[in-house]
Amino acid sequence: MSIIQDAVKTAVRFVPDRWLPGASPDPLREKHGLLGAPISRVDGPLKVAGQARFAAEVPMEGLAYATLVHSTIARGHITSLDTSKAEAAPGVVLVMTHENAPRMNAPAMFMSRPDAVGASDLPVMQNRDIHWNGEPVALVLAETQEQADHAATLVKVEYESATAVTDFQAAKLAAHHPQSILGEPPLFEIGDAEKELNEAHHRVDLVFRTPRHNHNAIELHGATVRWDGDELTVHDATQMLNGTAGTLAEIFGINPDQVHVSSPYVGGGFGGKALWNHQILAAAASRLSGRPVRIVLSRESVFRIVGGRTTTEQRVALGAERNGSLRALIHTGTVAMTEHNNCPEQFTFPARHLYASKSFRLEQSVADMDMMANTFMRAPGESVGTFALECALDELAEQMELDPIELRRRIEPEKDPTSNNPFSSRYLLQCFEQGGERFGWNRRDPKPGARREGEWLVGLGCATGTYPYHRMPGGSARIRIEADGSAVVSTAVHEMGMGTATVQAQAAAARLGLPLEKVRFDYGDTSLPKGVLAGGSTQTASISAAVIAANDELVKELIRLAGNDSPLAGLGADKLEARDEGLASVDEPGRHETYASILARAGRDHLEVEAAAPPPLEMMKYSMHSTAAQFAEVRVNSVTGEVRVCRMLGSFDCGRILNAKTATSQFRGGMIMGIGLALTEETLFDPRSGRIMNPSLAEYHVPVHMDVPEIEVMWTDIPDPHAPLGARGIGEIGITGVAAAIANAVYNATGRRVRDLPITLDKLL
Amino acid sequence: MTPFQYERAATAPDAVRMASNSASAKYLGGGTNLVDLMRETIETPERLVDVSGLSRTIETRPDGSLLIGAAATNTALASDLTVRRDFPLLARAILAGASGQIRNMATVGGNILQRTRCAYFYDDAARCNKREPGAGCDALDGFNRIHAILGASPACVATHPSDMCVALVALDAVVHLEGANGTRRIPLADLHRLPEGRPDIETVLQPHELITAVEIPALSFARRSTYRKVRDRASYAFALVSVGAALDLSEDGSVRDIRLALGGVAHKPWRALKAEDALRGQPATEANFRAAAEAELTDAAPLRDNAFKVELARRTITAVLSELKGDAA
Ligand SMILES: Cc1cc2nc3c(=O)[nH]c(=O)nc-3n(C[C@H](O)[C@H](O)[C@H](O)COP(=O)(O)OP(=O)(O)OC[C@H]3O[C@@H](n4cnc5c(N)ncnc54)[C@H](O)[C@@H]3O)c2cc1C
Repeated sequence: MSIIQDAVKTAVRFVPDRWLPGASPDPLREKHGLLGAPISRVDGPLKVAGQARFAAEVPMEGLAYATLVHSTIARGHITSLDTSKAEAAPGVVLVMTHENAPRMNAPAMFMSRPDAVGASDLPVMQNRDIHWNGEPVALVLAETQEQADHAATLVKVEYESATAVTDFQAAKLAAHHPQSILGEPPLFEIGDAEKELNEAHHRVDLVFRTPRHNHNAIELHGATVRWDGDELTVHDATQMLNGTAGTLAEIFGINPDQVHVSSPYVGGGFGGKALWNHQILAAAASRLSGRPVRIVLSRESVFRIVGGRTTTEQRVALGAERNGSLRALIHTGTVAMTEHNNCPEQFTFPARHLYASKSFRLEQSVADMDMMANTFMRAPGESVGTFALECALDELAEQMELDPIELRRRIEPEKDPTSNNPFSSRYLLQCFEQGGERFGWNRRDPKPGARREGEWLVGLGCATGTYPYHRMPGGSARIRIEADGSAVVSTAVHEMGMGTATVQAQAAAARLGLPLEKVRFDYGDTSLPKGVLAGGSTQTASISAAVIAANDELVKELIRLAGNDSPLAGLGADKLEARDEGLASVDEPGRHETYASILARAGRDHLEVEAAAPPPLEMMKYSMHSTAAQFAEVRVNSVTGEVRVCRMLGSFDCGRILNAKTATSQFRGGMIMGIGLALTEETLFDPRSGRIMNPSLAEYHVPVHMDVPEIEVMWTDIPDPHAPLGARGIGEIGITGVAAAIANAVYNATGRRVRDLPITLDKLL
Repeated sequence: MTPFQYERAATAPDAVRMASNSASAKYLGGGTNLVDLMRETIETPERLVDVSGLSRTIETRPDGSLLIGAAATNTALASDLTVRRDFPLLARAILAGASGQIRNMATVGGNILQRTRCAYFYDDAARCNKREPGAGCDALDGFNRIHAILGASPACVATHPSDMCVALVALDAVVHLEGANGTRRIPLADLHRLPEGRPDIETVLQPHELITAVEIPALSFARRSTYRKVRDRASYAFALVSVGAALDLSEDGSVRDIRLALGGVAHKPWRALKAEDALRGQPATEANFRAAAEAELTDAAPLRDNAFKVELARRTITAVLSELKGDAA
């Protein structure tokens, strides 16, 4: 797969721009007005009024409620199961275990095929084997949730434990290269980086550690499922509709079009709302019992069966010349993973694209453990990778007596340092300059511990954030123009609170020359044209590419329908633009006809077109990355070591910003999650048992309101000429660089470098 | 959760009678701790006797002492004007705990008898002598960053998590009890036990003994008192270490009297008598504060993850007393 990708990449590099599908830059990228406006979320009123119906709220006749029983050992097998007490408990419909569960195929692992989204490829409740502490061993179905919860406590399971690998330190001894890091080789080298490091004038060589994290979206994972014969309906909270349908179909041996997945509202995803055991087990229990089933995981169950960010141990070594240029950039390390999943936490990716260096050594290994399959969590890789890289840069700058921003100026690359591709658009230094000015960076005293207010030591820090542009292949969109000239744009994509529905309605209105009120964007259901998954900050660009393709079809159809009696007669698509609820001549503004008029004359009550997005070849020709300058001011209590972030500013270069309001929210949300990464979040995974010991929001510390200071965000708003709408995606970059900015600020305040997250007070006493 | 019967008591004797019928009966205050534990099946009472409707009055008596009905909510107590004026450390301690929503539900009685937050106590897949006497303790070699540094035993290293109790124990609060054999009063300092060999027995209460009220004797210098809580995030986290203190200074700048208690360090709210004794009559200097803290902590026995608490407690005690002294100046 990677060989083919390489060949395509090489070929694409020599293709002239205009040959690329959809290569002429999107005209909307420069268009202002509706695009970029701070429009409030279209789904806001419904949510405020409690009328948005989430997966676990869909009413169904005759529902039965499910609760899971989790294993208490990490590896081994079940020796005995006693379900008699549970079965006899009030209201119980079914107790399902590996002994009576329907036979199911194992889920196809994420990325093993375009439509596969299995979080792991372990069979689900098919045999007595146990693979992680928390694996579901039984599902209890009852007439009410309370009855199911109670009966679940009566299931008695005995195990025989086998030796399990649950200690990362031990697992590391057998660490190995994975086959690939999301399609990239696990070892990448330019020159002899260790040698260059040794010969460099300035050197830092450091080890950083980041802990496990768990997903804690406010909406618990839930699904309401029903079988009608061999047709399966799943009301899910998911960020991968079509993949869920395809993967479930294979698990149950039916056709993908026999699975209908609906997910119009998702209460937070961040990478966690995927296909885990619970939907599969709910569907199995529904099949076995003949009842529609609702499953809502308890918070503890979310911790036990939904993966999170994995632990990393990273080395960053930098060698620099006297003038500041880098001779060596080494970023290597190990993450914990299982043998059954494919999320290598690509922490070395930022180092591939951020800075110029004479030599590189980037290497990632995985240590196999008996644990819940880890997964994607907002900016997997980049979030923790930038922590290590950007803290190391701060240490190097200090050694060189250079301002950290000045150091970044000196190592700014002209083109992508590892692929050699040109950047499509990159304004990192502008982010630093404008952000630094607004933040008051020049007030920072480079001497640590210089600023004190009472008990509090005050410090400033900064770091680079970065996240790649990706466009998912395979999405389609439909545009339907109604007789009154209004439009419905639809595709099976996801709204998890990011603003997708709003921004896509804005974009469609701008593209079609319609007011916002005359456009509806339909999403969240597999009955719609196949969409892309919501991950990797790719939705906006991916959807837009499909809408552009559909719009090309639409214009063609409209020209045909308009015929010779239209003021537009004789004009080709390249001479037309959308304006004032119809099409108009680009050169002669007076020649215009509305959609309603075109349809009426043609005797049509609607017009519908559908098209698929072209393959994302732009990614192969250009190095496409968003960047950011993150700034933090922290106070560290000199008595207790408590750290409080008192001010943050994120300055982003993500191409065009499509909605100032929803974008601000995305950036801020990411930065707040970054505070958690820096200061509070840590899954306590007991190395003796492989068991998560803090599976609750009381003991797993996400930042609370009082931990979140005023956060300012700003952006360059420079459209990327090679991205649809000029926009590169903004969902994840907000968290990147934040932990480093905070850690660097803590150093500036105290003179203490904390290189293992989270920076809790005991590390500063 | 295991099914249970529910009854609501109108009077204290009623409550005791209702509970006496069932060995596993439990009183229900706001339910913010008990119901969580029932969901985890760590508590499995067959009967709940709801005592949240019993006395919740907060009465200031002529001698300046306070009598607080055990059903008073944490919020009510923290916002009581007399408490805020005369016993600021109590108001601050309560407000430092949990969240607004929880404090609105939580009662004084329930707060006193809330159980530890040890992760191994909460997880029935782990060994815990508190849940199952003799089973062993997984916290001893496990995650014990939040655990005790004082008064622990090999059987149990858990802490009592309450903030409010730290203030109450500093204030020499007395607990009023009602049981099958009548009423009695005991100092709060004597209510909770150290774990020794039986960490499952957490208090000296008789079966089904009910807390009816808490009495706080007058303490003129408690107006100069405060509570400081050190934790892992700015709010909604249990104390790693907390300090409640009241300080009375003589004209010559020496300590005439002092009340000092610690939270987050032991199986019970920890009254720091050694430190108090070390300071009475001594000049109120930072060096003496530190030496007093030192005296209190000489017996500290930290575990794998919580050695920092010793230093943290030392520093926080010193800072709190210095702050109180500064207020006096
Ligand atoms: C997420 C979370 C965070 C928290 N953070 C903090 C914190 O930071 N600091 C802090 O101090 N606390 C904290 N708490 C704990 C909280 O203070 C307690 O849950 C609360 O005070 C218990 O009061 P309640 O009335 O709800 O007790 P309940 O849950 O009703 O009862 C607790 C126990 O007391 C017994 N009981 C209740 N009333 C009486 C009575 N009158 N006589 C005899 N026995 C009685 C019950 O039988 C039970 O055993 C937190 C709790 C939660 C859930």
